[in-house]
Parts: sequence; C-alpha cells; structure tokens
Amino acid sequence: MALLQIAEPGLSAAPHQHRNAIGIDLGTTNSLVATVRSGSATVLPDADGNCLLPSVVRYLDEAGQVAIGHVALTAISQDPINAIASVKRLMGRGLKDIGEAGALPYRFVDAPGMVQLQTRAGIKSPVEVSAEILRALKARAEDSLTGDLMGAVITVPAYFDDAQRQATKDAAQLAGINVLRLLNEPTAAAIAYGLDNGAEGIYVVYDLGGGTFDVSVLRLAKGVFEVLATSGDSALGGDDFDHRVYCWALEEAGLSGLSPGDARLLLSAARQAKEALSEHAHTRLSAVLQDGLLVDLALARDTFRDISRNLVQKTLLPVKKALRDAGIGADQVKGVVMVGGATRMPQIQQAVAEFFGQAPLNNLDPDKVVALGAAIQANLLAGNKQDEEWLLLDVIPLSLGIETMGGLTEKIIPRNSTIPVARAQEFTTFKDGQTAMSIHVLQGERELVSDCRSLARFTLRGIPPMVAGAARIRITFQVDADGLLSVSAREQTSGAAASIEVKPSYGLSDDDIGRMLSDSLAHVRDDIDARKLREAQVNAQGLIEATRSAIAADGDLLDASERNVIDTALTACEQACLGERTRDINEAVGRLNQVTEAFAARRMDRNIQRALKGQKIGEL
Amino acid sequence: MNPDFQQSHFALFGLPERFALDVTQLDHAWRAVAAEVHPDRFAHAGDAEKRVALMMATRVNEAYRTLKSPLPRARYLLTLAGVDTQEETNTSMPADFLMQQMEWREAIEDASRARDAAALEKLAVQLSDASRALERQLGEAIDQEQDLDLAAALVRKLRFLEKLGQEIDDALEQALS
Repeated sequence: MALLQIAEPGLSAAPHQHRNAIGIDLGTTNSLVATVRSGSATVLPDADGNCLLPSVVRYLDEAGQVAIGHVALTAISQDPINAIASVKRLMGRGLKDIGEAGALPYRFVDAPGMVQLQTRAGIKSPVEVSAEILRALKARAEDSLTGDLMGAVITVPAYFDDAQRQATKDAAQLAGINVLRLLNEPTAAAIAYGLDNGAEGIYVVYDLGGGTFDVSVLRLAKGVFEVLATSGDSALGGDDFDHRVYCWALEEAGLSGLSPGDARLLLSAARQAKEALSEHAHTRLSAVLQDGLLVDLALARDTFRDISRNLVQKTLLPVKKALRDAGIGADQVKGVVMVGGATRMPQIQQAVAEFFGQAPLNNLDPDKVVALGAAIQANLLAGNKQDEEWLLLDVIPLSLGIETMGGLTEKIIPRNSTIPVARAQEFTTFKDGQTAMSIHVLQGERELVSDCRSLARFTLRGIPPMVAGAARIRITFQVDADGLLSVSAREQTSGAAASIEVKPSYGLSDDDIGRMLSDSLAHVRDDIDARKLREAQVNAQGLIEATRSAIAADGDLLDASERNVIDTALTACEQACLGERTRDINEAVGRLNQVTEAFAARRMDRNIQRALKGQKIGEL
Repeated sequence: MNPDFQQSHFALFGLPERFALDVTQLDHAWRAVAAEVHPDRFAHAGDAEKRVALMMATRVNEAYRTLKSPLPRARYLLTLAGVDTQEETNTSMPADFLMQQMEWREAIEDASRARDAAALEKLAVQLSDASRALERQLGEAIDQEQDLDLAAALVRKLRFLEKLGQEIDDALEQALS
C-alpha cells in the first residue's frame, strides 16, 4: 500500500518549483539569451564568457553540419555563400520584397511566400537558418540551468508583420523551443527599463537594431505597460549605415564589380570604421582584397554624418507617426530609451536629442536590454513568483484588411489596436447559387492592394446555395497576444454551416516542419518519442495541479454533477500519466481541458468582479 | 457558454449606462479587468483557460475601444436601445451641414496637393472643435432629453466628420513623408 504524503502545516505538499524560462533576443547582427535567477535578470554567456552570439550560420558540409556565431563570422569573407549573416532581414520575405537582394552575396532561390538560399548543404529557408541560431542559444541556456527548460519568450521587431512573426515562431518550433510569447523588442526594453527605474509617465523607446527600426510610445502607470502606438521600418538598421560607408569606400577607391568575398571583406571593414567613429572623430578604413590590392582610406565623423544624413532622417518619420497615433506631443514625453547597438552612433544620439528637446536615456546596455526584458516576461509567463505585479498591453503595428472591388483594401482591424483583438465582418454572395467565395487578407496602411503585404488568399467553400445577397458569411479576424492572425468564417443563416480555419499561406505546414525536423535530427540522434512522452506527462501533471487548486479556490462555482464530470476527467488524466502512452495522456488532457472550460470562464468572471470591487475601494 | 458575454460593455466595467463618461474611471476599470483576463496570466495554464482568456481579453479590449471614443459609444448606446443609426442608408443632411462639408473637403484637397502640413493641422483642429460640439449635443440628446432619433441624426453627422478626419490624417501622413 502506498503511504500518504503528509505536508507540514503551512507548507504546500508540492512546493512551487522554479520553472526555467528564458528570453531570447534573436537579432539581425547578434543574438542573446537571458534568464531570471534569484530575482534578477542576467544574460547567459557562452563558455568563453561572450554574451553576444553573432547571428551567423555557416554550413560546413553536405550533411548539414553547422558552425554558429564567432567561428562562422570569421569565415564570412572566405565562404560568403555558405556563411549566412543578417538572415532576419529575409524572414517572411519574398525575393521581390528584399530591395538589397543584389547587394547580398547569397544564392537566392525564389520560392512562394519566402525566399530560400542555396548552400552547400542544400536549399535552406531563412526559418531553418534562424532555427540553428535558436538551437545554439537553447543549448547555451540548458548548459547553465539545472532542470528542464519550460519555454522561451522570443523578441521580434514591433514593426514585424504577420508573415515575419509566423516565420519566427516556426523557427522556434523547429529548434524545439516552446514559445511562451512573441514579444515586441521595444516593449521588452520598456519592461527592463521601467521595472529597473520605477518609471511612470509617457516614454518613447527608440530601437535601431542591425536591420530593423522600431519606435514605440508607452504609458507606464502603476505596473501597467500600455503601448499607445508603435511604428517603424522593418528594413532599416545599422546594416544600412555600413552599406553607406561601403558605397563611399567603393567610390573613393574607384572599385567596382567586387567578388562576393571581397564585398564581405570591405563591408566588414566599413562596419569597423563605423563603430570606431562612435568613439573617435577620425578613423581609417583598411582592407586587403583577395588580389592583394590594399584599400586604405581616412574617414572622418563629419563625412560619415553627411553620407548617412538621410538614413537618420528616415528614422524620425516613424517617430512622428507614432506620436501622432498616440495623440502625444514631443514635449509630453518624459524619457526616450535608446535600444540597439546602432544608437551608439553620435549622429543618432544628436538627432533624437534635438527632436525631443532632451538627452536620451542610455543607462541600460543597448545590446542587452531587449534580452533582459524578454527574460523578465518569460519568468512571469512561466508562473514564477514576482516581486511586483505588472501587466503588459501591446498593440498590432499594421492594419489588417481585405481586398474589395477594384483592387482596394478595406481595413478591418486598424493599426495600434490593443491585442488580443478580434473583428468580425459580414459578406454576402453576388450570384444566385454561389457556393464559394475568395478572400484576400492584407496587412498595411495603403489603399491599393498592390502596396500592402499579402498575408493569405483563401476560398470559402460549402456556402449553401441561395439567391444572391441572401447568404450571410461572417468572417472573424482574431489577433492573439503574439500579434498573430487567424481567420475563421461561418455562414450565419444556415446555422451549423461549415466553419473554416485558415492558416496563412506563407506559414510552414506541419509537413514542412516535420521534414525539417527530421533533416536536422539526422545528425543529432535524439529519442523523440521519449521526449514527447516526458513533455506530455509534465504538461498533464501541471494541468492536474492547476485544476485541483482551482477547485480548492472556487469549487463553489460548480454544481454536483459538473464537479463529478471534472473529477472523472481528473482521475482519467492521473491514470493516463501512470502509463507510457503519449497519445492516451494527450487525449485525457484534451478531455480535462474541454470539461473545465466553462469553469475557467466562471472563475475569470469572479476575478473580474473582485478586481472591480478592489478598484472602487482603492478610489475611496 | 459564458454569462459574461451577455453583459453590456458598461456593466463589464461597472459603469453607468449613459453617454457622459469619466474617462479616468474607464481607464482604471479597463486596466483592472484586463489584468485579470490577459493571456499572459494564463501562459502556463491549460488550453481551456488559455482559450477562455483569449476570448475574454478580446472582449474586454473591444468593450474598452467602444466606450473610449464618443462616436462608437453613442452608436453602442443606440444599439442597446434598439435604434438603428442608419449610417449606411440615410444620407440626407441639412443643406448648411453639407455646404460646410464641401468647404472642408476642398480645403483638405488643396492643402493635400500643396503638401501643406501646417494647413492640414489647422483643419484638424477646426474639425475636432466641430466634433466636440456635436458630442456635447449627443450627450444632451441621449442622457437628458432621451431623444434617440435626434441622437441617431447626430451620430450620422459625426460619422461624416470622422471620415473627414481620416482624410486629413492620410493627407498629413503623405505630407510628412
């Protein structure tokens, strides 16, 4: 007979365990991983003490062996086609979306939805390349943490559209990471800054990364981080400043038609010169090309300022737009938090100071602040105890709409709506007996369909035949807390007509992910089945525990028969956990989830009532 | 499935069902309620709770958006009272109102062509003053006089002004870029 476990009074039988959760800043130039340990967020270094992992993946052989980070970075000019850098710029992008494709040394393969790269290990999608970076960061975290990794918060530029977000999430899935949330980079920085400094009031986050620019306007009040508006340019970053210096060097040295290797070499020299000018007024740009030609040029900070002037101006436009959308004047802003390595450039600091009439805030490491904020949110989402309660209310960066007659876009969800958000729209047929209808979903602000990002085209079938205009098709657009869209449709008049879930066309199908997973596992033998069983058990036990504590707290909301149904499902779940059949466990979990849904809704209702009461008492 | 979805947006936030609104109170109530149902609080919970949280948080944000701005708030109050605002069908407007509309539209077009941001900003201020005046009348029509037909007519006028405002916004964005 099994002995009963008896806990000491006042102590829970199952003391709340710290769950390992990480924050990942998947950057264009560098990536980082951070976690919260004994209450404070820290970036996890590699074995050599480096915090930054250069976001470079080099394919070493046909079998797909890879080198990642510094090693790959040093090989970039000798092996430019197989050493992939700045892959973030390609995420969720088609070949025609990449303006500078000609300037990049890769062998592009045009593919529907997203561009792909020809490497010596075969054709790789940007999602697969990103997954390699994520895998390396995950391994780094697992090396320095004890116990299982529950999941990760991964940051994305606030101005990333749905395709770019979905691609990032797919990459994480491919790397075997449970994504707790996709978090906007400037918001992550605001969390790290705000919690650290007890900031209250209107703050602007100016985030100029390697390849993307974001600006967010936030209201910080009593532990609530409310994003009022966000704007940006997902193809503008420090890389573009490097490119300006590179073009200047080509002209000064009278060079043209460089080989991919030489182009990389000169681009690296340009980047070094740019970085040196953040510290010094003058620097030299020097490189020895493969044919022995020496390029050696003097570059002054003033020259750099002149050749990059319009890039700096280009960042101020989204700043103005975000302030307008937030209904905030530049003089109402209490502080401007600078994020991203590219904000170290003096001309950026100066332009921001002039625009806001105040010195920008540089007291956090601009390279690390995003990863730290992500780690803090990951810790919260994992359910670990926090020193203080706080809440994040973020927005969708770009309007969502559909194509209407004449190639025009009709907005359904306007930009800067607080997420999660859903909007339903009714459509009707225009022909008698019409049974299908096509819908084209778009993202962007422009009026013409051709100027917006096409997210998905899908056809609704199974509309019951009726006279023209009689059918009522209700299409619901739901954007979740990750900023990801799902679309569902239902015919209203016939009641139980077909409801259709749509997965946007650029996203990976489960088959794609399965293929990529087996590809990547070919050289990392791992017992997938054992891992899946373990995951299912942990998941089930968590749910059982949560359901029990919910019943203990709010069991009075259930009548006897409802309680009985839940108890039965609970027992079945526990039984399944004792066995070793993953499928049985997942089915029992599904059943328990299903029978507790109404209970969960009633509990939330009760909590709302409590919160509002607390609110009124607070006001007295 | 859930009784909460039958509740009015006002009841959800514990606010009286009327046009006049204490915006600070709404803000506070929204933040308090959103904190209870936000998906971030259920990231480690079971799928049932996650689903419910997503629905509730979506509903709470929709309620907040509706009540926060005067036009959707008025429209919502009229819907609750069973009054159709006829914004798509009824386009008859008093002649003087239409004249004013035409003048504004021409001014916007001129400023837009000249990419004159200052002129557009000035028009935006005029328009917003006109909107405030209509909103005051709406408050009286709904809260004091309970004249819902008048309120519906005012909603239609306000919708005209809102469209003009969007045109100014679009033109300003063009002028600034």
